Amino acid sequence: MILDSEKFVVTAEIEPPKGTDVTGLLASANALKGKVKAVLIPDNARGVMRMSPLVVCKLVKDEGVEVIMTVACRDRNRLALQSDLLGAAALGINSILCVTGDHTMHGDHKEAKPVFDVDSVQLLQMAATLNSGKDMNGNELSGAPEFFLASTVNPFASPVELQTIKFEKKVEAGARVFFTQPLFDLERFAGFMEHARKYPVKVLPEICILTSTDVARYQDHKLPGFFIPEDIFRRIREAGENDLNEGISIAAELIKEIKRSKLADGVHLMPGREKGAILEVLERAGA
Amino acid sequence: MIVARRKPFDEIKGSVSGAEQVLILGCGTCVAVCLAGGEKEVAILASQLKMALRLENQNVRIDELTIERQCDREFIEEINTRVTVDDYDLILSMACGAGVQLLSDVFDHKVVLPALNTTFIGVAEGPGVWTERCRACSNCILGVTGGICPITMCAKGLVNGPCGGAINGKCELDYNRACAWAMIYERLQKLGKMENVRKIQPPRRHDLATSPALVIHKAYQ
Ligand code: SF4
Ligand code: SF4
Repeated sequence: MILDSEKFVVTAEIEPPKGTDVTGLLASANALKGKVKAVLIPDNARGVMRMSPLVVCKLVKDEGVEVIMTVACRDRNRLALQSDLLGAAALGINSILCVTGDHTMHGDHKEAKPVFDVDSVQLLQMAATLNSGKDMNGNELSGAPEFFLASTVNPFASPVELQTIKFEKKVEAGARVFFTQPLFDLERFAGFMEHARKYPVKVLPEICILTSTDVARYQDHKLPGFFIPEDIFRRIREAGENDLNEGISIAAELIKEIKRSKLADGVHLMPGREKGAILEVLERAGA
Repeated sequence: MIVARRKPFDEIKGSVSGAEQVLILGCGTCVAVCLAGGEKEVAILASQLKMALRLENQNVRIDELTIERQCDREFIEEINTRVTVDDYDLILSMACGAGVQLLSDVFDHKVVLPALNTTFIGVAEGPGVWTERCRACSNCILGVTGGICPITMCAKGLVNGPCGGAINGKCELDYNRACAWAMIYERLQKLGKMENVRKIQPPRRHDLATSPALVIHKAYQ
């Protein structure tokens, strides 16, 4: 499986288009080809409506780029989730990231009904059950998927014990790779990794290319799950117009340090304000 | 208790427009306690309506009455001993949605309109403050979660722990509000019952809460 590699794994995120024009999407996928192990396709991230990740995954895969499909619990009930998972398997999409999903209130359809029929732990269990040839209610399937399951963990939230309990539940439910909330604080992350190393899982911390816009949104509490330490905050602020360049430097420094100290099994890169930023980070980090 | 809020005045005024005789009917139980539809609120709405309609030269007779409960036939049947329902062409109910419905079941030849928006099942926190506490899910898990309901108090209704958006014990939806799971954690710590939430909770059973729900006491089956 693509994420099961022994080497330092680098993945990157590509946002599905808002609309039917997929030229930008395919260009981004091709730019990352050979540079990252796989691209992660989010599922209406932050509750903003975009093209179906199932379709996007198929399109990107057809370009010869490995994909990880995100499945969020916000928009679909257990029937729809299982249907889409079976569909993904039929298209050869086998790496699945199971997440709860940001609340609809953060997105561009605030009036929508937030579904959350199952949560991320139960979604993992559901996918693992499909792997065993049965649906979540024990009905036989004709042909079973072979999903490799990933999930998320927030090493920076408190109370820590609650995050740890949820992490353990996700491992028990079948998650083998964990993506994290954006990492800026290596010390705090190292504390979490000490615990995570006791489990047979890989951890890929998310690396964000910060800009002044992010920093402003963070101050307004508009970036759920972010924890930006004071010094990083200041660096972006003080960079002024060179904020993107500073953001790229911070990201590259983090990756170098993670790789050097073998702190994690790889990293996951978030797209920055500019398309080429991820490639620039990888180059500066030598990853 | 049921907590409700009065509808915007213009919506209420619009809904009674054209009527000549209106009965505003309050409810003396939940909505009286939450200051939305009891005797006092009936009086306030009646005078507001009278004034506003008079300014528009509408000649409407508005009477007031508050009964003990509108969600109980016994009390609704009392209404005709105090007023003559057929005198009115419209009843404006200040009960919760359940009360409005029973009222229109009993007086099914009358137009019965809601004056409140029914909001939640909750508790009184202090003077003038009510919070939602229960979503009537028909499958209570308070015993596991230390008496704090994650179905209601967590914005996503999560039963297996917090989402990734919680920061410093605050909810990702509103950083002024405690994350339900932070509260559950604190309570379970106090009770020495953290093991309660270590087991994976199965998906919720929505088949137990299909609407309309029905309860018949054993003795009456
Ligand atoms: S679990 Fe919550 S919503 Fe369900 S009955 Fe108990 S308090 Fe109400
Ligand atoms: S932050 Fe806590 S209360 Fe808010 S949605 Fe997440 S788990 Fe639920």
